[in-house]
Amino acid sequence: MLIYTIRRLLISIPTLLFIAFVIFMLLELAPGDPMAQMPLTIPPEVKEKMRLALGLGEPWWVRFPLWLKQFFIVEPQYWIDNAFGTNFADGAQRIISFQSRSPVFEVIAERMPQTLWVVGMSYVVGVLIALPIGIISAYRQYSVFDQAGTFVSMIGFSVPPFFSGVLLIVIFSVQLKWLPSIYDTTHAVNDWDSFVFQLRQMVMPVMVLALQTTAQVSRYMRASMLDNLGQDYVRTARAKGMSESVVVLKHVLRNSMIPVITVIALGIPSIFGGAIITEQIFKVNGLGQLLIIALQGSDIPMVMTITFLLAVLIVMMNLIADVLYGILDPRIRYD
Amino acid sequence: MTDATMNAVEKPRNQWWDVWAQFKTHKGAVAGLCFLVFISLFVTIGPVLWDVDPGKLNIRNKDVRPIYMWLFDSDAKVTWSNPMGTDNLGRDIMANIMQGGRISLAVGWTAMILAVFLGTLIGVLAGYFKRLDGLLMRFTDLVLALPLLPLLLVMMLLFRDPLRAAFGPENGIFILIVTGIGITSWMQTARIVRGDVMALKEREFVLAARSIGTPARRMITRHLLPNVMSPILVSATLGLATAIITESALSFLGLGFPSDFPTWGKILFDSVDRMTAFPERVIWPGLAISLTVLAVNYIGDGLRDALDPRIRGH
Repeated sequence: MLIYTIRRLLISIPTLLFIAFVIFMLLELAPGDPMAQMPLTIPPEVKEKMRLALGLGEPWWVRFPLWLKQFFIVEPQYWIDNAFGTNFADGAQRIISFQSRSPVFEVIAERMPQTLWVVGMSYVVGVLIALPIGIISAYRQYSVFDQAGTFVSMIGFSVPPFFSGVLLIVIFSVQLKWLPSIYDTTHAVNDWDSFVFQLRQMVMPVMVLALQTTAQVSRYMRASMLDNLGQDYVRTARAKGMSESVVVLKHVLRNSMIPVITVIALGIPSIFGGAIITEQIFKVNGLGQLLIIALQGSDIPMVMTITFLLAVLIVMMNLIADVLYGILDPRIRYD
Repeated sequence: MTDATMNAVEKPRNQWWDVWAQFKTHKGAVAGLCFLVFISLFVTIGPVLWDVDPGKLNIRNKDVRPIYMWLFDSDAKVTWSNPMGTDNLGRDIMANIMQGGRISLAVGWTAMILAVFLGTLIGVLAGYFKRLDGLLMRFTDLVLALPLLPLLLVMMLLFRDPLRAAFGPENGIFILIVTGIGITSWMQTARIVRGDVMALKEREFVLAARSIGTPARRMITRHLLPNVMSPILVSATLGLATAIITESALSFLGLGFPSDFPTWGKILFDSVDRMTAFPERVIWPGLAISLTVLAVNYIGDGLRDALDPRIRGH
């Protein structure tokens, strides 16, 4: 297992390098000019100097290794320096955003907590709702509950977040006036009232994202439970006289969770992608919104870094899912 | 005597009749099919019957509420000439939803066909030719590891202007969106088709066909493709659903079609700012997207059951 993990880790290095190259070349082909927003009164030779100052003067085979070096060597050095007060980085050039002229990772670190709160919360809530639905749907197959669960998950698959979010705003903010429609990220939680306010403003974005997760995970949970409920060991457990709750919640559930856990791990990157749209609806100033703004402003280093971080997340989650599957299911042999 | 011979050589039934018979038993799928036919007719025949130019501005007649608002509020500004109301520039919303539906469905179908074609091609090549398998599947894994929505957004932004210059504003964006969605959603089809082709390749009928010297091209088109038709059809329905949602999402993020060119996602996006006063402008296009996708998903569900010979006939 350890050897398998190490091998997978080694394979993921060229994969990530290739992905970085694809993203870089796509941005390189961009006709979008970061200088396009500048006033037309700037003389061409000054504009040229500004381009050089942004580091756009060099050809791609110089800039791509430079970006790699900054991402994989310089940025971790700064991170270590910040954490332990050392001085590895020694003033080396960091990845700088074209728009804000501040280091890309500092901007990302500012935006990260909002996204993590909303996305992480919604994923936890979605999974917590999905598991019981899946279990009961499978246990009472073709019952009214099962039909309703199927219908709800169909809706979760079909209703896009930009409609469910807007619908929730129309119902709960506009008509009923229960919940705020805009997520206030400057809000600080320091007492009970502010905590309640934080909860209220998180309800809608979390529910919108959770609906998608619930739809997917409950389907997998149901299918996996159905597979296991028909197995011989279930009959054996019942024949031994075990109570129904022990049979279902201990024997069947534990075996059914194996594939579901990998699905949960694999879904984490896609929920970050879904957050791009949800953040746009509820005006959360998180990573997704940062990406959209950077795209519109041709902020190439920012777009490059965020997209690459998402790719790292996908590759790592794939790896974790495969390794978890091997650990949880002793029948799986990777070697 | 004649009766007996008639019974003995019963006319062979086409398998698609069996599929249809099984499909009909799935209530949700039939309802979905009915709705898909209805919405397709609504957007194709509709503009012929409802002969209003969706782009025609009529500022004097702006912000008309839909006709049913009259039931709740007799003072509401309604008129029978705009049954679903008009927007803030006086454009008829019903005509816009019809026109937008045309674009959304056209994008969905074209992108789906492109994705299924690419997926089938790569899947068959990888499954049938062992030399290509490793290379093509590594490539598929790589594409799956790309963050697709951000990349799609990047593509929209980068290639918008050159394509608009080359093919005109509408066609350019259409080509861009369809290609973008097509080349980012073929991977699942490719994986499924590859697996099925590899399993089929070991079967006796393929061996028999090979033993009489069938060339690879005929082998694929005549023996393999008809047998992987069912998973392709099912993933085609899923592809149609995701293509419609992706196009609307792009329009919603403001990176889809230009603003005077309605699609369902675009109408929704344009109406979000004033949804407090006019919620219907958000709800109608949103419902159109959601119900169409729901219908397509149900059709896919029914097709999966109908095309599975283990379930069919029980």
